[in-house]
Amino acid sequence: MTSAPTASQGLAGTAHEPDDSGHFGRWGGRFMPEALIAAVDEVAAEYEKARRDPAFLAELDRLQRDYAGRPSPVTDARRLAEHAGGARILLKREDLNHTGSHKINNVLGQALLTKRMGKTRVIAETGAGQHGVATATAAALLGLDCVVYMGEVDTERQALNVARMRLLGAEVVPVTTGSRTLKDALNEAYRDWVASVGHTHYILGTAAGPHPFPRMVRDFHRVIGLEAREQVLAAYGRLPDAVVACVGGGSNAIGIFHPFLDDEGVRLVGFEAAGEGVESGRHAASITGGSPGALHGAMSYLLQDDDGQTLETHSISAGLDYPGVGPEHAYLADSGRATYEPVTDAEAMDAFRLLCRTEGIIPAIESAHAIAGAVRMGPRLVAEVGPDAEPPLILVNLSGRGDKDVDTAARWFGVVDPESLPTEEPPPGTDAQTGEREL
Amino acid sequence: MTTSSAGTDTGITRLGEVFTAAKAEDRAALIGYLPAGYPTVKGSLGLLTQALDAGADLVEVGLPYSDPVLDGPVIQHAVDQALRHGVRIRDTLHVVEQLAARGGRAVVMTYWNPVLRYGVDAFARDLAAAGGLGVITPDLVPDEAGGWLAAADREGLAPIFLVAPSSSDERIASTTAATRGFLYAASTMGVTGARDAVADTATTLVARARAHTDLPIGVGLGVRNGAQAGEVASFADGVIVGSALVSAAEHGRAAVARLTTELAAGVRGQHTGR
Ligand SMILES: Cc1ncc(COP(=O)(O)O)c(C=O)c1O
Repeated sequence: MTSAPTASQGLAGTAHEPDDSGHFGRWGGRFMPEALIAAVDEVAAEYEKARRDPAFLAELDRLQRDYAGRPSPVTDARRLAEHAGGARILLKREDLNHTGSHKINNVLGQALLTKRMGKTRVIAETGAGQHGVATATAAALLGLDCVVYMGEVDTERQALNVARMRLLGAEVVPVTTGSRTLKDALNEAYRDWVASVGHTHYILGTAAGPHPFPRMVRDFHRVIGLEAREQVLAAYGRLPDAVVACVGGGSNAIGIFHPFLDDEGVRLVGFEAAGEGVESGRHAASITGGSPGALHGAMSYLLQDDDGQTLETHSISAGLDYPGVGPEHAYLADSGRATYEPVTDAEAMDAFRLLCRTEGIIPAIESAHAIAGAVRMGPRLVAEVGPDAEPPLILVNLSGRGDKDVDTAARWFGVVDPESLPTEEPPPGTDAQTGEREL
Repeated sequence: MTTSSAGTDTGITRLGEVFTAAKAEDRAALIGYLPAGYPTVKGSLGLLTQALDAGADLVEVGLPYSDPVLDGPVIQHAVDQALRHGVRIRDTLHVVEQLAARGGRAVVMTYWNPVLRYGVDAFARDLAAAGGLGVITPDLVPDEAGGWLAAADREGLAPIFLVAPSSSDERIASTTAATRGFLYAASTMGVTGARDAVADTATTLVARARAHTDLPIGVGLGVRNGAQAGEVASFADGVIVGSALVSAAEHGRAAVARLTTELAAGVRGQHTGR
């Protein structure tokens, strides 16, 4: 038995890096105010030093192991797989990390970096509240002041996480401008940072924003894919046929995709939030339904109107309700190395219920988009390999757990009387959009 | 300044004249910002005209954008209202055209994504045709501005970049090298909004920038009255007023005229206290 890859190995550098100013091909870069350039330069320089500093790397590994609980296991989801047309579904259990999602991987790294830079305060944006909770947690652990910006709409739909952040000692600022969701929280975080940059680090929560964030955040999350690749090889003697993840800004997806980039036979698929359907206009599928543009610091795919105004987005999942996506995903989409598909609210909620009932795992609604995608892909992959071949392996990043979503789910399914709960699962292949909402 | 490939009677040269004329009177130029489309397209044209008539040497016509990360609540609110009323990029160009037609001098202040979407070359062409003199780009740094610098040069428009108190000397040098017309010095670290006092950071920043360029330097962020305008005018070539004018605009044309008159006296060292 070799020991599991560690978080620090994610920082080692790869054959797939942006150029020195953060461009992945025509994507990425720095579309941002001059006032913040010095700050991102400082972050980039400090990150370069840190990722070569054995003491930093050892501390990161220690925290990821002893505090966050890495490595996270891979679960063979056999009862779920019965709904996936004969494919095998393997869940990378980021939901079991401390604080309940993958977000802690990035936050511990950036919080340690904050200390190295001698800064005493951190700020963050959050949608689902998972990044905010992770940031509040790391701030408590390392003795940093913490302010989290969160759209007012999201403070309501993710109220549990607002309470968690406050219990952890963070200040949560509800943002009332614009659509009052994740994009507006980012705007407010930038506004804070311009005025506070002397003593404050902005712990950006996804693999987006100006250079070096897309690369650095990705590196802190690469441990997901590094571990999973070894785990799948060890357990099944081969690589997965497909690696799938939900895509909001793209951090959990790039973290699990990246270590597989050179494995040509491994298909990489990201699932974007299609809300009420891409054709309805009420969605958050930036790659599927967007066009090139610059928002929040980077060139990438963006949901915008003909004048370049950011469009209002919709997703039942607060963490995916964002009009942009990290630039490396735009690059991977263009090159064809990864593909991106939409998953509607209804499909995600069906998958949410399915995972609850077949595996005893309540997923984050974000992650339920990936589950829906895997279940949808299963029959396709089985058809490709043929009925006599070994069942295809689909590795799913289960990016977070669903405690925060219990209210939303209860409302969606209209949960009232436990007596009335149906006992039968919908048979495999049933149309995911039957509109059934009872739990 | 180098002449652009567009010839000698260009936006850049006419922008230069604003500062040489002010200098000939031994004073700083007054530059006023108001967003197009606030409260309406026609209303914004009236307000900007008023500012020019009451003594602004140059106006910045703001192109409303959904995610103005460098703006404080006053400008956010105005721009938000303009967008809710359906203001379009072509309305901003129309406002510039109308101002230029009556001899007003105007640059556009815009976040970068609307220009990207419109098409950088098309925007430069249409702005030059409308009689605009240049573009201030709060979230575009020269590092990412290759296509824009070429288009601006072709059309004789001034690319106006910002420097900030946090800018390194190296970045001040590279930013000023890419800038034409005037350099925009952001006086404080923070978003737009009127402030009670002129920050010391402004004087230091202007002095640092002067070491790298002969361009006129305009100072903005926070100026709200004649006294502050006078103070900034003592060390800068241009005094830029945004949020305070937008606040005045909430009260209509007369309020804009009153504030502009006061600011114009301020840049002439004639401020009488308030
Ligand atoms: C559990 C979970 N998964 C996924 C996401 C989406 O973010 P990203 O695309 O950066 O992984 C979030 C964001 O809040 C989340 O909480």
